[in-house]
This record gives sequence, structure tokens and C-alpha cells, in this order.
Amino acid sequence: MTITLEDSQVEITAEFESQADEIITHYPVSKRSATLPLLHIWQETFGYISDQACHWIAAKLELQPINVLELITFYPMFRTAPAGRHHIRVCRTLSCAMAGSYKLLDKVCEAAGIDQHASHGHGAHILKSADGKFSVEFVECLASCGTGPVCMVNDDFYEAVDPENLDPVLGKYE
Amino acid sequence: MIAPVRIPHPREKRMIFKNIDRHDYAPDMETYLNEGGYEQLKKALTLQPSEVVEEVKKSGVRGRGGAGFPCGVKWGFIRPDEKRPIYLICNADESEPGTFKDRYIIHQDPHQLIEGMIISCFACRVNLAYIYIRGEFPEGAKILEKALAEAREKNFLGKNILGTGYDLDIFVHRGAGAYICGEETGLIESLEGKRAYPRIKPPYFPAAIGLYQNPTIVNNVETLCNVKHVMRIGGEEFAKLGTPNNTGTRILCVSGDVMKPGYYEFEVGSVSMGELIYDICGGLKPGRKLKAVIPGGSSAKVLRAGETYKIKGKDADGNPTENEIGLEDIRMDFDSLAAVGSMAGSGGVIVMDDTRDMVWVLNNINEFYAHESCGQCTPCREGSLWMKKITDRIMDGGGVLEDPDTLKSVADNIAGKTICAFGEACSWPTQSFIAKFRDEFAAKATKRVPAATSPEFMRDSLVKAVS
Ligand SMILES: Cc1cc2nc3c(=O)[nH]c(=O)nc-3n(C[C@H](O)[C@H](O)[C@H](O)COP(=O)(O)O)c2cc1C
Ligand code: SF4
Ligand code: FES
Repeated sequence: MTITLEDSQVEITAEFESQADEIITHYPVSKRSATLPLLHIWQETFGYISDQACHWIAAKLELQPINVLELITFYPMFRTAPAGRHHIRVCRTLSCAMAGSYKLLDKVCEAAGIDQHASHGHGAHILKSADGKFSVEFVECLASCGTGPVCMVNDDFYEAVDPENLDPVLGKYE
Repeated sequence: MIAPVRIPHPREKRMIFKNIDRHDYAPDMETYLNEGGYEQLKKALTLQPSEVVEEVKKSGVRGRGGAGFPCGVKWGFIRPDEKRPIYLICNADESEPGTFKDRYIIHQDPHQLIEGMIISCFACRVNLAYIYIRGEFPEGAKILEKALAEAREKNFLGKNILGTGYDLDIFVHRGAGAYICGEETGLIESLEGKRAYPRIKPPYFPAAIGLYQNPTIVNNVETLCNVKHVMRIGGEEFAKLGTPNNTGTRILCVSGDVMKPGYYEFEVGSVSMGELIYDICGGLKPGRKLKAVIPGGSSAKVLRAGETYKIKGKDADGNPTENEIGLEDIRMDFDSLAAVGSMAGSGGVIVMDDTRDMVWVLNNINEFYAHESCGQCTPCREGSLWMKKITDRIMDGGGVLEDPDTLKSVADNIAGKTICAFGEACSWPTQSFIAKFRDEFAAKATKRVPAATSPEFMRDSLVKAVS
């Protein structure tokens, strides 16, 4: 697998820099430990992990860019391209599947205007709607198996979702 | 997060989950202090660390993360004359399919965890600790960070805690969607800022060589909460809860085909599988019959309805006895579930009724493990994928006669041949599903293997062609 990161450039604000510096203080023994949290705040702030992210974090933590890149390719939550404005995660795993998560994925895609042709299985693919409003991802067990099927929209969590009535879940996102 | 509001079942004994689903309870310091919070920490701080370890040893409390290792024994591995820094990590990665208990503690009662954790850190002479929380709990991470800040403000954390001279800080560290970060050595690698590649044991037992190569205690969220209650009632009293060697309470997370799925906390061993499914969880849906149960998270070996188990025991005079029991009679504790060839694991009970296709179920599980293998060991990386591909093709109608045997042989060649216990975790489902539901696999996988090469290249044709 080859991986190319986008070479888009963003401006690093003083606020972002100080947020990063604060996080680094949580790891007095080894700055390298801050790689994952810095990737998180980068993605939260700028949407996805770019080539700039990789180099900036590496420089900040006195690492080689490969030390950052190897995490991006390992941890499923990091993405190397923008998601939709609202990112949906539908749980795929057993208890939710028994409660109808495959149907939920279909219905979510339908409601969000997403062509899920390429989504069978899951993993690397994040599928986006044409208007960029939603993106969807089939993920593994979200630790709420008793109230399946479950999904997340951004950081919000939804349980016992009725695939036939997605308005309470998707309706409020602009 | 929408908390499902539920009244505890009368058979439950809510200790760890006492404050879960309470309308009048908030996850903040004020509420916690009003309910007698941090009193156990104050009590612990008047003791010597070794005395706290002694209490935990006496309590017999076993790890709630999956392996069921006695907590006090683990803590005892830290040498009394240890000169290196010692770390403690709370494993809040909760990602074993079927398990949903730590989520509620983190979201609804974070201070219980933090108090248990500070006591544990004090006992193990730890000055720096982390809570490793899975990336998919963003809200939980914020709640914990706020709770830690409140604890710092009250000087339950920080320098010179409550004037005792003891220093401790705890930070939250978020994972990023990889199940293998729940395995303790993978977790440690991840916390060091690397890929979560588990380390080989020996030598890398965390208590000997853990975070930053120093001794490290890794405990599950529920285990650390239990420590607070050991302090509260004392090790000896705690050991009276449950049954010998299976002490305390246990949170069981029931999902799948029951009327009332959810979390239930019992004295360990106080309910049987049958009581759990039929009385507490309201039984199966109308007209359905029980088919199978996975009793301890998706990697636990499946149990089939109608099977019987021979249980060895001792009578009052110490003579060996042998009892035959059914699935419904199994006590929900560590030893009983081990005795029937499965495990209590993480407490995730997944119930399946007679409408479930076992090939479909195993295929779903196999997809999970194929996706989550960290990829370090060839048997696990390749085998988990092969098992998924085989169940995929059986589902798609392309299964061949040999598939059940092939599945078994792939699984048999993973377990015991890998760096970490994920190898067992991913092969146990396949091994047990094939052992117990072979008929269903055989009924679906009926194709004969097509000739490997086309007829003109078969031996006879070739011989003819050259002669
Ligand atoms: C593949 C794998 C996944 C695991 N996932 C978790 C997990 O999500 N949470 C957890 O607490 N323990 C998990 N464990 C168990 C940990 O390795 C470790 O035994 C546990 O955190 C120790 O804490 P305890 O003694 O309090 O149970 C996992 C183990 C394996 C092999
Ligand atoms: S057994 Fe699997 S998950 Fe564990 S180290 Fe090996 S490849 Fe990774
Ligand atoms: S299976 Fe969906 S939350 Fe666990």
C-alpha cells in the first residue's frame, strides 16, 4: 500500500500551538507519547491529517515524519482526506448486526445521499455524500451492544436507532 | 449520550453501578462528595501502601478486563525495594464486542473510578498514571478530564495530596480506534506513541517491564472501582461477597436476542445462565428458542443450548464428585465458565435464538478479528483473514465441502503460536462454532473443489500430448 498525504497548507494559530504545548506536558517522560493526542487535535481542528500535519507534529516532538506516518496508517480513526461536514459512524459488530446495523447503514446512506457501492466490508473507506454534508463509516463495536443498533454522528452518540426513522438522528445537522 | 433509564432488577446487587441510572446523580465532585466520596481515599492515606495491597490481596478481587487475574497478586509483583519509577494505567479501552460496562462508569460516575485509581496508585507507589480511553468515547474523555481537574482542585491529586507528602498526577490518553490497544502491552506501546504492537511475555510482563521500560500496573476500569469498595468494607468482608475465589460483584452485559438486554450487577456466581436469560432478562422473544450463548465477550467460546457438561467437584468429605449440568445451570462466575470450556472474560453475554444462522454469526465475528489483528504475527494476521474469507464464501454460496475442516485447521494453527492472546481470541470463536455447529457449516458448504487446472493440462492429456 502506498500512501500519499495531501500537501494542503493551513495556518497554525498561536492557540493551536499552545494547546499542543499543554498536551506535551502530560508526558514528562517522553514527548513521543504525545503523537496520538496531537494527531487527534490536528484532525479535530483541521479536519484530516495532511502532509503538513505529519511534518509539523514530527518537528514538534523531535521525531522523524515516519514515526507519525506509521501511526496514521495504523489507527483507524485518522483520515488522510476530508470527511463530510458531519461524520457518521455506524457500529457493524455482532450485537448491533443482530439488531439490524446493516440495514441501518443502508438507510443512513440513503438518507444522507451516499452511494455505498464501495463500502462492503469496511475499514479504509469513508464514503461521502456529493454535497459534502455527510460522510459515513462502518466501524467496530462501540461498547453499547445492549442498545443496538448504535451510531455516532460527530461526537454525539445514538442508541437503539430505528433505521426507518432517521430524522431524530440526522435531522439536526446542518 | 442518552442513558437508558432502568430500575435495577431485585436480584441485582449494585455496588459498582450503584449510581448508574440515578436521576438525582451527576458526574461531578459536589454530588460525589455529598455521597461520601473520597472518604476511602482519606482512609487509605492513613495506611502504609503495603497495607492497602494486603487488603486487596485478602479481598481476592480478580481482574475484570478479561483474564481474571487476581489484582492483589499482580500488585505484589512490584518489588518492595523497587528503585525505578512505577506507573499505573487504567485500561478504559473497552472494545471487546459484547462488553458495555466501563462506558457507564466513565460517563456517569467518573469520580468512583478516579478515587479507586488514586488508592491503587498510592498502594503501588505510583506518581504518574494514565487513563487509556478508547478514541470512540470523546464525551467520556471530556468528563474524565473535568473530573480530574476537580480532583486536582481539591488536592486529591497533585503535589502533597491532603498534606500526606504523596504526589500523583493522572492524565487521560485517547486511543484512536484500534481494538488491540485493549491488550495491555499493545496499550503500553500505544501510550509510548507507537503502533499498538503487543510485546512478547516473557519478558515484557508490564509489572516487570512496562511503560517506558519501567514496572507498570495495568487494570481495568471496573477492577479499579472495586479497590475503592475493598477499602470501604475491608478485604475480609469483600471476600465474603460472591463465592470463594470468585469474590465481589460482577457486571454482566447482556445483548442479543433477549427481551431485556442491558447491564446487570450481581454478586459473582449468584445467578445461573438460565436465571439470567429467563428471569432477569425476560427470556427470549415470543415463540423463539435458545440456540447459543457467547458468555464472556466475542472471543469466549460459544455454548450450545442443550449441551451438557461434566463438572468435577468435591463433596463434603473431600471425595471427588462428578455432576452433569446443562447450559442453564452454569453459574456466571470465573471458575464455572472455565469449567465448561469457555470463560467469564469481560462479562459480555451475547444470546442467540433459533432464528440465527451460525455461519452468519461466525462470519461477523471473523470480520471483526480480521480487521483488528495488529499484523505482527503471521498466523494471526493471515489466519484471521483466511477465516473471514472462508466464512465469507460459505455465506456467498461458494463454500466447499472441506471448509469446516479448513476453518478448524486454520484456527488450530493460530492459537498458542502468537505474541499476544489475540491469537486465542480470534481462533476460539471458529474452533468452538465448528465443534458445536458443524452441521450448519456442512449444510451450507457443499461445493466440490473444482479441478485445479483445466482438463487439457491434466496428467492424462499431457502424457498424450507428448507421446
Ligand atoms: C486482544 C485483547 C483485548 C483486550 N481488550 C481489553 C479491553 O478492552 N479492556 C480491558 O480492560 N482489558 C482488555 N484486555 C485485557 C488486558 O490485556 C489486561 O489483561 C487487563 O486490562 C488487565 O486488567 P485487569 O487485571 O484489571 O482485568 C484485552 C486482552 C486482549 C488479549
Ligand atoms: S497475536 Fe495478532 S494481535 Fe497479537 S501481536 Fe500477534 S498479530 Fe498482533
Ligand atoms: S456490537 Fe455495536 S456497540 Fe457493541
